[in-house]
Amino acid sequence: MTVLHSQHDTVPGPVQAPVPARRPQRRRADLAGYLFVAGYTVLLIAFGVVPTGYALYLAFTNADGQFSGINQFSKVATDFRFGPAFANIAVYLGMWLFLVIVLTVVVAVVLRSRVGRGVSSVLRFLFYLPGALAGVASVLVWLFMLDPSVSPAGALLRAFGLDNFDQVLAPGNLPVILVLIAFWTGAGGWIVVMYGALNNIPDDVLEAARIDGAGPWQVAWHIQIPMIRKWIVYMAILAFATGTQLFVEPQLLETASLGRISPTWSPNELAYVFAFQYGNFNAAAAISIILLVVGLLCAGLLVTRSGLFKVDEDR
Amino acid sequence: MTILPGASGARAPRPRAAAPHRASRLTSAIVVAVLIAALLLFFVVPVIWLLLAPTKTAGQLEHDFPLSFGSFRQFGAAWSHLTSFQGGVIWLWLRNSAVYSGGALVLTLATSVPAGYALALTRFRGRKLLLSVTLVVMIMPSAALVLPIFLELNEFHLIGTAWSIILPFSFYPFGVYLVYIYFATSLPRDLLSAARIDGADEWQVFRRIALPLARPVIGLVAFFSFVGNWNNFFLPYLVLPSSQQFPIQVGLNQLLSSTPSFNPVAGAGLDITSPELALAVIIAIVPVLVLFLFSQRALVAGMLAGSTKE
Repeated sequence: MTVLHSQHDTVPGPVQAPVPARRPQRRRADLAGYLFVAGYTVLLIAFGVVPTGYALYLAFTNADGQFSGINQFSKVATDFRFGPAFANIAVYLGMWLFLVIVLTVVVAVVLRSRVGRGVSSVLRFLFYLPGALAGVASVLVWLFMLDPSVSPAGALLRAFGLDNFDQVLAPGNLPVILVLIAFWTGAGGWIVVMYGALNNIPDDVLEAARIDGAGPWQVAWHIQIPMIRKWIVYMAILAFATGTQLFVEPQLLETASLGRISPTWSPNELAYVFAFQYGNFNAAAAISIILLVVGLLCAGLLVTRSGLFKVDEDR
Repeated sequence: MTILPGASGARAPRPRAAAPHRASRLTSAIVVAVLIAALLLFFVVPVIWLLLAPTKTAGQLEHDFPLSFGSFRQFGAAWSHLTSFQGGVIWLWLRNSAVYSGGALVLTLATSVPAGYALALTRFRGRKLLLSVTLVVMIMPSAALVLPIFLELNEFHLIGTAWSIILPFSFYPFGVYLVYIYFATSLPRDLLSAARIDGADEWQVFRRIALPLARPVIGLVAFFSFVGNWNNFFLPYLVLPSSQQFPIQVGLNQLLSSTPSFNPVAGAGLDITSPELALAVIIAIVPVLVLFLFSQRALVAGMLAGSTKE
């Protein structure tokens, strides 16, 4: 719309000429826009809107397709595995968020202002590299890293009193193991993002602080970190949202632990068990809806509050 | 502009408090060095260990120095054990992964590039709604939709077909957003208006002007889409029932449960031990690793896509 306006504004001459021309042109632009977004919109409807709607339908009906109100939700919520699954994920999220926020910010600051540029770029690449092993590969690598008999850090594990693989894979250790894996594959990417955000701070701001006698840590604490706060919030919300959806990692660890770790450790695993072991799709859908609402809330919060995503700028 | 600690020290009021200053600077340098060394070990040692593991026997893995090199002969043995597992099924898994990720890549590009372009540079009713929904779905973790998508596919009896993987993989709102940001920030609308005045229709404007300029962002979308789909586990794990259809990630899971070290009962008598498993991991990640090595710069740009828009 704005394009057309400005176009007309620049057209000199009689005012009445653009007015009749406007309608068909507008419609033509509309049509072109629709054609360009058609393919994507079909996919969005098929794999975004419809599954959400269908999951909602299942969550509010019973196996016979009759409306059942919040029955499915109360049924899964009172299941003996529901509380532990969400408690597990909460413990994991607490540790993971703390570690990822503190360490990535500190490391980004260090890489930005305490080491040379070449060294910094090599380090960023090396920290980022394990990101290529996301998913199953990272879990398999860490199964080896955490097995005292083959691990390069075997001595370290033994120092913690973990003499064999069984002791390492005790259910209580799972949050720590998952945090290690998540940090190994994911932190490098966030360090790169934080570094980029720090890079956007003008040099003269830092220079001014330094001339005023601020040391590097003071500069970091009083200037750099406050100036990238938006990005830290962004990271925290995304890390939280992704963390709630954990599935692959606990699932594989369950396999490797020969069943000592609960197969319903995380909410997504619980939904999986409901769907595939009991064939209870309604209950599975109810859990999915709960997780989806968490994800939607996080996304909505980011889009509307963070100021990082401008939906539009009507120039 | 490198900012070394020394450079800043040159400006500091040196005569007044030289000695304590130097001491505190030393401590902070040590803190920095220790932090970096620890992280370097944490991030890099597992990768090196993984690359070396297939050159050793399961016994050597336990008794030799963890970061030692075994022998090429042993590597060959691990290779032949792995590739003869279920009659070379690992090649089938790799091919499946390539088909799923490649097919999805083509569809992703064909849908997300025009869509991002239209959202940024054309005007139509419903545009804002589409953009907002795209943003929300993009930020929402994709795993949240996997089970609902499974239920939907199940309802339409699409479970077990290649399309049941490729089509959901092709839905990539983040790609649309990247293209949208790219066009909204780097392609002046006046350029398009000028072309329209010259008589170009909407398709020609897109094809001749926008598309050639979009090459960097197309590369970026392609990278993220391919890597994400290659590493995806959850959806294929739910949707594909037979080992013949597995992508490599799900195949790795099957290998894991066939390894005696992790499954003494089912794994007994098989040749798949730790070195073979490590080799399988390497083979599974090689395509992604190669892409990583060659597209570092583009990656950083992509991860910061939002930051250009402040």
